Amino acid sequence: MPREDYEVVIGLEIHAELKTKTKLFCSCKNEFGGEPNTHCCPVCMAMPGALPVINKTAVEYAVKAGLATGCSIEKNSKNDRKNYFYPDNPRSYQISQYDKPLCNNGFVEIEDEDGNKKKIGILRIHIEDDAGKLNHNEFGGGSLVDLNRAGAPLIEIVSLPDMRSAVEAERYMRKIKSILEYIEVSDCKMQEGSLRADVNVSVHKPGEPFGTRTEMKGMSSFRSIVRAIEYEAQRQIDVIENGGNVYQTTIRWDEISGKTFPMREKENADDYRYFPEPDLAAIRLSDEYIESVRASLPELPESRRERYLKEYNLTEKDARLLTASKYLSNLFEGALEKCGNAKACANWILSDISRILNEKEMEPDQIPFTAEELAKTIELIDKGTISSAIAKKVIEELFENPQDPEVIIKEKGWIQISDEGAIREVVLKIIEANPQSVADYKGGKDRAIGFLVGQAMKETKGKANPGMLNKMFVEELNK
Amino acid sequence: MEITELTVHELQEKLKSKELTVSEITRAYVDRINEKESDVNAFITLLTDEAIEKSKEIEEKINNGEINSELAGIPIGIKDNICTKGIKTTCASKMLENFVSPYDATVMNKINSEGMINLGKLNMDEFAMGSSTEHSAIAKTRNPWNLNTVPGGSSGGSAAAVAANMVPWALGSDTGGSIRQPASLCGVVGLKPTYGLVSRYGLVAFASSLDQIGPITKDVKDSAILLNLLVGHDEKDTTSLDIPKQDYVASLKNDVKGLKIGVPKEFFAEGLNEEVRKSLEKAIEKYKELGAEVEEFSLDIAKYSLAAYYIIACAEASSNLGRFDGIRYGYRTPNYETLEDIFVNSRSEGFGAEVKRRIILGTYVLSSGYYDAYYKKAQQVRTLVKKEFNKAFEKYDVILTPTSPIVAFEAGTKSNNPLEMYLADICTVSVNVAGLPGISIPCGVNSEGMPIGMQLIGKRFEEGKILNAAYTFEQAVKFRKNFKPNFKK
Amino acid sequence: MQVSREELLHIAKLSNLKINDEEIDNYRLNLEEILNFADIVKNANVDELDETIGANDNFNVFREDVLKEFEDREALLANAPERERDMFKVPKVIQ
Repeated sequence: MPREDYEVVIGLEIHAELKTKTKLFCSCKNEFGGEPNTHCCPVCMAMPGALPVINKTAVEYAVKAGLATGCSIEKNSKNDRKNYFYPDNPRSYQISQYDKPLCNNGFVEIEDEDGNKKKIGILRIHIEDDAGKLNHNEFGGGSLVDLNRAGAPLIEIVSLPDMRSAVEAERYMRKIKSILEYIEVSDCKMQEGSLRADVNVSVHKPGEPFGTRTEMKGMSSFRSIVRAIEYEAQRQIDVIENGGNVYQTTIRWDEISGKTFPMREKENADDYRYFPEPDLAAIRLSDEYIESVRASLPELPESRRERYLKEYNLTEKDARLLTASKYLSNLFEGALEKCGNAKACANWILSDISRILNEKEMEPDQIPFTAEELAKTIELIDKGTISSAIAKKVIEELFENPQDPEVIIKEKGWIQISDEGAIREVVLKIIEANPQSVADYKGGKDRAIGFLVGQAMKETKGKANPGMLNKMFVEELNK
Repeated sequence: MEITELTVHELQEKLKSKELTVSEITRAYVDRINEKESDVNAFITLLTDEAIEKSKEIEEKINNGEINSELAGIPIGIKDNICTKGIKTTCASKMLENFVSPYDATVMNKINSEGMINLGKLNMDEFAMGSSTEHSAIAKTRNPWNLNTVPGGSSGGSAAAVAANMVPWALGSDTGGSIRQPASLCGVVGLKPTYGLVSRYGLVAFASSLDQIGPITKDVKDSAILLNLLVGHDEKDTTSLDIPKQDYVASLKNDVKGLKIGVPKEFFAEGLNEEVRKSLEKAIEKYKELGAEVEEFSLDIAKYSLAAYYIIACAEASSNLGRFDGIRYGYRTPNYETLEDIFVNSRSEGFGAEVKRRIILGTYVLSSGYYDAYYKKAQQVRTLVKKEFNKAFEKYDVILTPTSPIVAFEAGTKSNNPLEMYLADICTVSVNVAGLPGISIPCGVNSEGMPIGMQLIGKRFEEGKILNAAYTFEQAVKFRKNFKPNFKK
Repeated sequence: MQVSREELLHIAKLSNLKINDEEIDNYRLNLEEILNFADIVKNANVDELDETIGANDNFNVFREDVLKEFEDREALLANAPERERDMFKVPKVIQ
């Protein structure tokens, strides 16, 4: 960890691919993957004479993102060309936005490491198009250019350098991810690169001016962002402590060695010769338009949290955890709608489901089962068909092989034993095998009954109805 | 009269009256090309065989009633920076020498769906950068009025082909005068429409905010006919405008009585050839005779326009030509090991000197530290030029100027000095800078029999007015009847 | 306007163009001459004026988000100087 007497300053430029049906400037399919160069046309291949036409929905999604993050929306916006040569950039200019981005001056709220609320400023959000992909050619040498992704719509969300630790940076990025998922403008699939961040890091002593920053481009997992920031901050501190200087460069994070390396600079990369895109008309957004987009925003995490507190009596912490992810929150609401048991829905999601996600290093959007299946599991407990112990196993099974929980318990033979005769049989057997516990109970140690119930559960592999067991032990022992 | 001397509207009449057939017309043009092309060199790609095939096909369709267009079977030539699917589109550059477009430009879709017949792709200055067609990397086009002189440019192949009767009409493109100036030097009619009137989709971009496609024709009526076809909003071109269609042929009234014509004195100042001045003065007298109200006034924007034009055009070009990188299409150097070699060598070997010069200039004015001084200032000048024209159009219907300060000059005598070449565009560029329509029509010849052009500039979307003014003049002076190119060597 | 050799070479590099030694002075002089002429714009009285962006005043020309696939993929790839597995081949890019 960085030494105590330095402060780390972090800013993020988050790129999120918008989930429009078509690309930003042409009608080609906007979809991850596909056979090389199949989602292409003269426009996104930058054929001579082809012209861009901007996607209305992409503009709307960018405005949504701005409104959901407290930005003011630029009423007189435009597109600009950013000129640089690269094989994945077929026009040799990216159509981006320079001095009139669609959204300005927003913020999101996170918790700092002490649990206090902290605002992270957003400088701007602009739209631009993505580059294609360069594939390493394993057989014939060289690199191969695939332009399926070229022209896919992106928003770039530029934060202020407001974060002071890797944890804050992670929380900020999670927050942005959550918001974009809530408002349904991006899939935020980090493993597919549809959410990635350029991370700027600098260090300085408190009270002194900010240090020189370095930039790590295209980071696409929370884990690497945290590790890279921690490594890079310490590296910079070491450089300074050894009397050296930090230089403003682009560095590369290597996941395997856990180190950062300076990148070979694209020469003159900073002179992008921005100028207004003459092929596109200006974008003017009226108050009516902005308000109509605002009205179309779904309920955002903050307001859901308030509602959970009021309507379902959840604790502050549970409400916050549930709403942190749209997927968890939707799972909660979906299951609740079916089974009506808010407390149980929240508990299962925040305990077992969250634990399994953690163990499997999965994100909530990767939960393979439906809210209905969770609701059914809870109903099976409530009806006494299965015990909580079995339910835990059902949840695990839902992760492995999602299907109707009733089918699972039938196939696995996990149906709870509620037959009085069968249960009495087990109770008598356990009483006979544990004379000491029986004596303890009769001697006034009520707790002994818990041990006996536990033994009975073990005997039935958790299938006995625990309520009936309890009742029957009391009956038998008091005879 | 020879078939190839007829205008398109005359051909249409003869098709209607069945005096001529579609295949006879195409055959006549192919014969004419075979006779004259070796002298003029107007074409980059000849489609004569295809044209003859197509003419038979169209003729059959007409006879079967499958096509019902007055333009069906009319031949045309296309400037080689307009994309044609399956046919080479070279921009007269080594860079695109073998490039076959995967799609048709929007104007080509219009032309093809009328059943018109493409006789070939026409020579030009490389990427439309130049005023003499001497910057073509592929062919040396000559002016039919004197084969030692240039046809003007950049649409020099289009203008020369029309003047030589090798095509009845042609498409050109105009960024700073590239339709009007060669039309002037070749004694034909060239119209640059209002920016946004004609779709640019499929026109290989030189300067996006200035480029327009337009007709080069034998007479004014043909320009009106072709313009009727070309206009219209195109959803593939954001800068093409959605405005109500007009009938430009109907605007030809052969009457200029009461028309207010402004003559900006600054366009008649230094650098204007004396014979050109005299010819223009005669034209002005003619307009007065015809009942127009002609008045001299001051429009002091020519030099500002020219400077702003070169800054904006080169800046946009430097970016537009970035896509020629030797990766997806176009020339790739044989000399490479690294990626950088591909970029640098393909571009350095594939582009000609003038193109490179303009890319360098454009990159310079956009590069950090110079943007505000040049590009931003030029865009402000552009606003100024628009305002000044707006003021002038409060008083005048039409503005009259020379098209070019000089007549066609001898090949090889001017192109060594780029600035001198740029200065020759002084009369035409302000029209592009302001996005206005402008037409060039022949108004006379000099003592050596070389044609002189007059430019009429209109308010945005008032093509009808300048076409009528041009038509009325044309009907009065009958230039085509009195003067013909003689292919003098 | 003076354009230094270094500046010209920097601009050439940005444009991915090579200028030979013997061409440098010629280019420099051309560029200086044209820039001197272009300096006219600096004297224009435009302080109060907006920049014209594009020649039109139109705005909000959008495309609906409707899929339309290009029909002729082969024609898109056919001009490639070097093609492998339907991709464009370039020398190895070191990132």
